[in-house]
Amino acid sequence: MRKQKIKKLQSIAHRRSPNRSRAGDAAIYLMLGLTAVIMSYPLVFALAASLKPLDELFRFPPRLLPVNPTFDNFADLVVTMGQSWVPFGRYLTNTVLITVLGTAGHLFVASMAAFVLAKYDFPGSKTFFRLVVVALMFSGYVTGIPNYLMISRLGLVDTLWSVVLPAFAAPIGLFLMKQFMESIPMALIESAKIDGASEWRIFWQIVMPNVKPAWLTLIIFSVQGLWNARAQTVIYSEAKKTLTYALQQIQAGGLARAGQAAAVTVIMMIVPIAIFILSQTQILETMASSGIKE
Amino acid sequence: MPIITSIRYSFTYYNILEPARYIGLANYINLILQDDIFLISVKNTFIIAVITGPIGYILSFMFAWFINELPRWLRSLAVVIFYAPSIAGNAYFIFSIIFRGDVYGYLNSFLVRTGIINAPILWLTDPRYMMPVVVLVLLWMSMGTGFLAFVAGLKGVDQAQYEAGYVDGVRNRWQELYYITLPNMRPMLLFGAVMSITSAFSVADQTMALCGYPSTDYAAHTVVTHLFDYGYTRFDMGYASAIATLLFLTMILTNKAIQGLLKRVGT
Repeated sequence: MRKQKIKKLQSIAHRRSPNRSRAGDAAIYLMLGLTAVIMSYPLVFALAASLKPLDELFRFPPRLLPVNPTFDNFADLVVTMGQSWVPFGRYLTNTVLITVLGTAGHLFVASMAAFVLAKYDFPGSKTFFRLVVVALMFSGYVTGIPNYLMISRLGLVDTLWSVVLPAFAAPIGLFLMKQFMESIPMALIESAKIDGASEWRIFWQIVMPNVKPAWLTLIIFSVQGLWNARAQTVIYSEAKKTLTYALQQIQAGGLARAGQAAAVTVIMMIVPIAIFILSQTQILETMASSGIKE
Repeated sequence: MPIITSIRYSFTYYNILEPARYIGLANYINLILQDDIFLISVKNTFIIAVITGPIGYILSFMFAWFINELPRWLRSLAVVIFYAPSIAGNAYFIFSIIFRGDVYGYLNSFLVRTGIINAPILWLTDPRYMMPVVVLVLLWMSMGTGFLAFVAGLKGVDQAQYEAGYVDGVRNRWQELYYITLPNMRPMLLFGAVMSITSAFSVADQTMALCGYPSTDYAAHTVVTHLFDYGYTRFDMGYASAIATLLFLTMILTNKAIQGLLKRVGT
């Protein structure tokens, strides 16, 4: 009873924090509300468009919400997929393979590198980390050409590996993992060492379970990136192309496929958004340690 | 590693089929003195970077700060809404319907019906309108990884510091922001800056999807589009590497400048 009462009192005390004016709060709510509407409008629009029958898509004046919502566009999309030159399952398999292999490799490489960087001091470790921070600045295009050259020298052009291998070295994962691992107390590792655990065992049984949010975040970022990979510069055979690429071909199919194009957009955006919603708390926990300290 | 390779190839003529031939600075000289389209692309990239970089960055911080005031469940919802555009893959494709050049485009149809214009505007093919449209779309997508870092960072600021600040005479939320929040957030601010500089300078997907590739009169041609053109359409890898090297140097310099600025925040 008493505990509950204290809790209630606390919650009342916390309701109005100091330094907050009611007018200011109202202004913030208003502004957030307005911007949220503007931000989500195009997404709602995409969703609405994908549910419209063809005659409503080209109606004048256009309207936001469909009058007779239907799933025809999605059904048509399945039909179009069935007619594609290469069986559609192929594209899906390719993308799933790329995503799974790339993410697994990235997680493996990044977490081990991060462990060493975060918990051991060796000559050059600071410089190495600075390089990683610089590497955060490489966009896919800047590294595109040297990547292509390396892949071609390895003889991997036109294989799925050409997308999977570069994904291993994405700097963002290493960066986030390292920042998060810094927060594990050194004492924990040392006590494990005294108890006779090997480095390998410390890594798998002490460090990795403790940085669960970080590797979940890494998996999510990696999956998002690879799921959307078009890879049109390194893969040429139709049978090895990715789902995104195939869907964009359908999307580019002109007016007759406008409805299907909207359906494609919805499918492509729903996967990453759903993943994000499910894992938001984990991601935010990781990002809290993401800062670059000088 | 990729960068070193890239710098090395930037001094050569290399078309993948023949072995690379050393040609000294010729790529750079051509790039800067002869290639008019490169200069257009530099101009466009700088316009985009100067507008969307800082504004997107400040907006991300502002909204993260506002969102931080919301109660818990509303906060999660708001984060999803604001972050959705940048993870939604190629959702910016939708803008090509909104800005479509005929009266069926949403914006045109709205403007024609309200009588502001009487003929549809070719938003995405008229060089006069392409850049503003691109900037708008990029701002819509600007709440990216940096935004997430801000939201998380704000949540992590020690509440006791705010209470201490109140006792010490902080009177409103602006003072709180300047004296307590910003200094605490400096690592996140740096991280956000790196992310937003990178994305501001490497815009290409969106312009290519919206305005076409190449766009009318190269009006929405960016440095990365140019790189794409030479690297993957004309297969002049040496030339493309030179573009990449210049772009990379610009990013690093901007980054150094911004970090210098941020070091002074709230001190």
